[in-house]
Amino acid sequence: MRLEPREHQSLALLVGYPVLALAFAAVVCALLVMLTGASPFQGFGLMLKGALGTQFAFFETLTRATPLIFTGLAAAVAFRAKLWNIGAEAQLYMGAVMTVVLGTGLLPLPWPILWPVLMVSAMIGGALVLSVPTFLKTRFGVDEVVTTLLLNFIVLLFVSMLLEGVLKDPMGLGWPQSKKVIADAQLPKLVQGKRLHLGFVIAVLAALAVWIVDRKSALGYEMRAVGHNAKAAHFAGIPVNRVLAKTALLSGGLAGLAGWSEVTGLKGNLTLDLSPGFGYSGIVVAMLALLHPIGVVAAAIFVAAVFVGADAMSRTAGVPSYIAHVMVAVSLLSMVTAIMLTRYRLRWR
Amino acid sequence: MEAFEILFTASLWAAAVRIASPLIFGTLGELICERAGVLNLGIEGIMTAGAFSGWLAVYLGGDLWLGVAVAALVGACLGLLHGFMVVPLGLSQHVTGIGITLLATALSYYFYRIAFPEVTSPPKIEPFAVFPVPGLADLPIIGPALFQQTPLTYLAFIAVALVAWFLYRTPAGLAVRTVGENPAAAEAQGINVVTVRILAVMAGSALMGIGGSFITLSAFNSFFFEMTNGRGWICIALVVFAAWQPGKALLGAILFGLFDAYQLRLQQLAGSVVPYQVFLMLPFVLSVVALIVMSRRVAYPRALMVPYRKGER
Amino acid sequence: MQHPVLEIDRITKRFGPLVANDAISLSLARGEILGLLGENGAGKTTLMNILFGHYVADEGEIRVDGKVLPPGEPRAALAAGIGMVHQHFTLADNLTVIDNIVLGTESLWRWKSNLSSARARIRQLAEDYGLAVAPDAQVSSLSVGERQRVEILKALYRNARILILDEPTAVLTPQESAALFETLKRFVAKGLSIIFISHKLGEIMDACSRVAILRGGKLVAERKVSDVTRAELAELMVGRPIPKPKAEPQSPGNMVLSLEKASARRGSQALHNISLEVLGGEVIGIAGVSGNGQSLLADCISGTWALSAGSLVVDGQTSRASPRAMVEQGVARIPEDRHTEGMIGDMSITENAVAERYRSSAFSSRGLVDWRKARVFAESIISKYDVKCPGPEARVRLLSGGNMQKLILGRVMAHDPKLILANQPTRGLDVGAVAYVHEQLLAARKRGAGILLISEDLDELLALSDKVAVMFKGELSAPMQRQTVTISSLGLLMAGQGFSHAA
Repeated sequence: MRLEPREHQSLALLVGYPVLALAFAAVVCALLVMLTGASPFQGFGLMLKGALGTQFAFFETLTRATPLIFTGLAAAVAFRAKLWNIGAEAQLYMGAVMTVVLGTGLLPLPWPILWPVLMVSAMIGGALVLSVPTFLKTRFGVDEVVTTLLLNFIVLLFVSMLLEGVLKDPMGLGWPQSKKVIADAQLPKLVQGKRLHLGFVIAVLAALAVWIVDRKSALGYEMRAVGHNAKAAHFAGIPVNRVLAKTALLSGGLAGLAGWSEVTGLKGNLTLDLSPGFGYSGIVVAMLALLHPIGVVAAAIFVAAVFVGADAMSRTAGVPSYIAHVMVAVSLLSMVTAIMLTRYRLRWR
Repeated sequence: MEAFEILFTASLWAAAVRIASPLIFGTLGELICERAGVLNLGIEGIMTAGAFSGWLAVYLGGDLWLGVAVAALVGACLGLLHGFMVVPLGLSQHVTGIGITLLATALSYYFYRIAFPEVTSPPKIEPFAVFPVPGLADLPIIGPALFQQTPLTYLAFIAVALVAWFLYRTPAGLAVRTVGENPAAAEAQGINVVTVRILAVMAGSALMGIGGSFITLSAFNSFFFEMTNGRGWICIALVVFAAWQPGKALLGAILFGLFDAYQLRLQQLAGSVVPYQVFLMLPFVLSVVALIVMSRRVAYPRALMVPYRKGER
Repeated sequence: MQHPVLEIDRITKRFGPLVANDAISLSLARGEILGLLGENGAGKTTLMNILFGHYVADEGEIRVDGKVLPPGEPRAALAAGIGMVHQHFTLADNLTVIDNIVLGTESLWRWKSNLSSARARIRQLAEDYGLAVAPDAQVSSLSVGERQRVEILKALYRNARILILDEPTAVLTPQESAALFETLKRFVAKGLSIIFISHKLGEIMDACSRVAILRGGKLVAERKVSDVTRAELAELMVGRPIPKPKAEPQSPGNMVLSLEKASARRGSQALHNISLEVLGGEVIGIAGVSGNGQSLLADCISGTWALSAGSLVVDGQTSRASPRAMVEQGVARIPEDRHTEGMIGDMSITENAVAERYRSSAFSSRGLVDWRKARVFAESIISKYDVKCPGPEARVRLLSGGNMQKLILGRVMAHDPKLILANQPTRGLDVGAVAYVHEQLLAARKRGAGILLISEDLDELLALSDKVAVMFKGELSAPMQRQTVTISSLGLLMAGQGFSHAA
């Protein structure tokens, strides 16, 4: 069996295979839903309705998509430069830590000053976390995949330590949670009475900014060059290690913003369940978007819809909500396969 | 008790080997995959799936060894999926591996919830009992550490010897090492690179599955969420630490187990002064440190993470 | 005529629109050395890959001893007694010689390898055929010549009766090549048959009894070596007269490159106390068997590796070890490997064209790249250097080797360089592209640029260089005037004679 590059990629192919991939994921999940005795059609109906069917559901999906856009961008930026950042989860939490350290009263500033201050500090927090593995990669050649993964555990324990120690809310009835951020730090809701907040708009703007950096700036060019062929980039005079460091700052910073927007826009404070795996889902989002910044927004909304819809289905039809995680994982695997098949033809001989 | 005296307690060494056992399986499994040139980041999920499926088989009335076999089979199936995607299709080993972990974990949790929709306390099974080796179990320190363990731990020791023999003494092991060093060299000698790589990934993944089943069939007696808790990632670090050699993998896993067991005891000793999270962090920090220390080595398989396309050079 | 051991019958292989092999038929007799001559891209390697089962032919069949060989199965080819010595050795460096040889010869289901009997047999074969090599040595510790012996032993160990050698002399000194030809003659005396692939006429004339010539995927002629002249073969191979590069004498200018007592080390490669001067308007050629430090020397001058001692001065200024600094000092760098270092295959021609200068004010301001200007620059290279491509947005991966090299030439020559570092600039190119590259280098010499030419092709070196020096184990001989050197005197230097601590 071998792969042959295709000379032409017809539009039907470029659209058809990804659609087939998502359809495949849906079929797998339908079979799994049938195991519970529920009807898959009814199940998907409930899911669709729960994710997009009502105004409330739609806003809920966008709310859930917000952190996924940030972590998806973080993964997309890093993966473009072949910096395998699997640690967005840790970076998100560190962004949230910075937000509650500075935002719970330490800096009694008005919102026009406080917002940017908190955003920048959250970005620094996330960036610092990713800088460690990146430094170890460029200096010692340590594979960043393993170190970013291990850092997820280290940082989460660190956060747990803070929440039972210095950051613990004295009024929190003993729960490991931080104090609420002050009113000036909080992001306003986009719609009265709904959970959707300004963070979503900022996430979309961040996607646009990343897109512009990628297409227009020298840094974007450098990141792509390093990702495609680091050796040739080095030979041509592109400072590979410096580019990787900048990529780490940008990627970690974007993941840090996810923590900031969840705290200031949605939760108000930091708890250990701030993120149900947004960092890992971000990887899926980035891959589904083919690492394209604008695609990340669409993919994040899709993944968020799956999660929100599955929650609804779980409540009404009794299908475990973990079906969402299955669907997302199968989509990831089938999508990367589909993309490969749009570029190559599989020959059995 | 003083921190230093703990080092001479038999219970510490017994715990070290117990903690090491799933890591030995996992590290051997990852080692075989990487020796064949394939990074398997699915390990965390495969261990979870092994823990769940092995436990479920026993819970549904199967023999304990049937549980181990089921875990190995589930591991091999997930390995086949990973192998198929990264070897003939040449997809990114990083992304595919993470995808396998997400999938295997999600499926385990989903099936657990289907099987037990509303349970407050996790259902239990009767796990492997300690089997003292006659004559040797009573030796001081060594006895409790090496010869008062469950059969699965003994299986881990046997697996180390078998894998070492396989890699260095058999024609198939030579084929595995060659496809991981220079697949073109293997192809030129009539070895089917794709087949050898896929089979190696399946075998390695089966070992990972068994490692997972140790957690539910020997260390504990029930399955709960997030019980793999990063062991898979630690195994990947251990492979580097072991310089891709089975013997050193055993040593590394036991050293790691010793460290982990020691920090658990220190935690009880110093619990009031130092937050417990610091102790829990140490194994992960240690793994990172091990990676840095070993980074100067250059003994990694040359074709690791390099997809092979027939006829290309 | 006696029954042929190997018959290639109307083999056709297409890659998309390209017909790499067009109905080729050949036969090989027992005890014969058949030369397969053709320039790069004529279809020699494709044909051998089909023979060995790496590729499957679209049409035609191959017969060994009259029996059809199943297509696409290297195992079947091996079992039929075909052994192949690839141009790029297929050895696993971190394994031992014996592991490399034994691999695949035992059933994969055996529980134990029988290495002791294998070791004895390898010793016996080595003795019988005069191929001394230590069975338990790691391949990474062997010299290039020893590795080639291991490759040949691999085939003999499997009782190969048909041996295919793909450009076997590319990595050898002229004396080593001559020794190889002697060994091959001994093989055929013992009843083996050999296909000898080369694009070098002299070798074919020396080693073979019969020659088949491929051009553009077609078999254009078969001749007895005794019946043809070199000139005839050349004409058959290329299909037109070969243009000869001519370096006209001119007086050299200022010093553009000066290396003084330069040393460096990278893994097993090293440079020891190298001193070298290149003046404007002169070509200094560096000869040597691959792996004697040429790559490291090139990397130091490219700025991708730092000297550990000594100095490197370009155009009167001491250089920093940085590719960008080198470019700014006016060094045009043509790398050894177009695909891994020269170009980023998955990026466009435009993006590659500006890779060395995207930060300069010509192409960017305040961190933003002006892609319009970049495209104009790329278009100018495409037209000036005759790069055949769909357009400036095409991915570089789709270009042929020759067009890729033209693009690199265009990129580095655009800013009137003082020094040109040309590392294997014509490797793997067809005759037309080779002539083009030579023409461009000589034109730059005429404009007053100094050129450091590193090449394994002695003909090329002698045709272009004003002076030639030889590298051996990290040391550099004194440069010699071209008129004073011969191929065989270079060969002795390449084998280490005359170097201070040669061993």
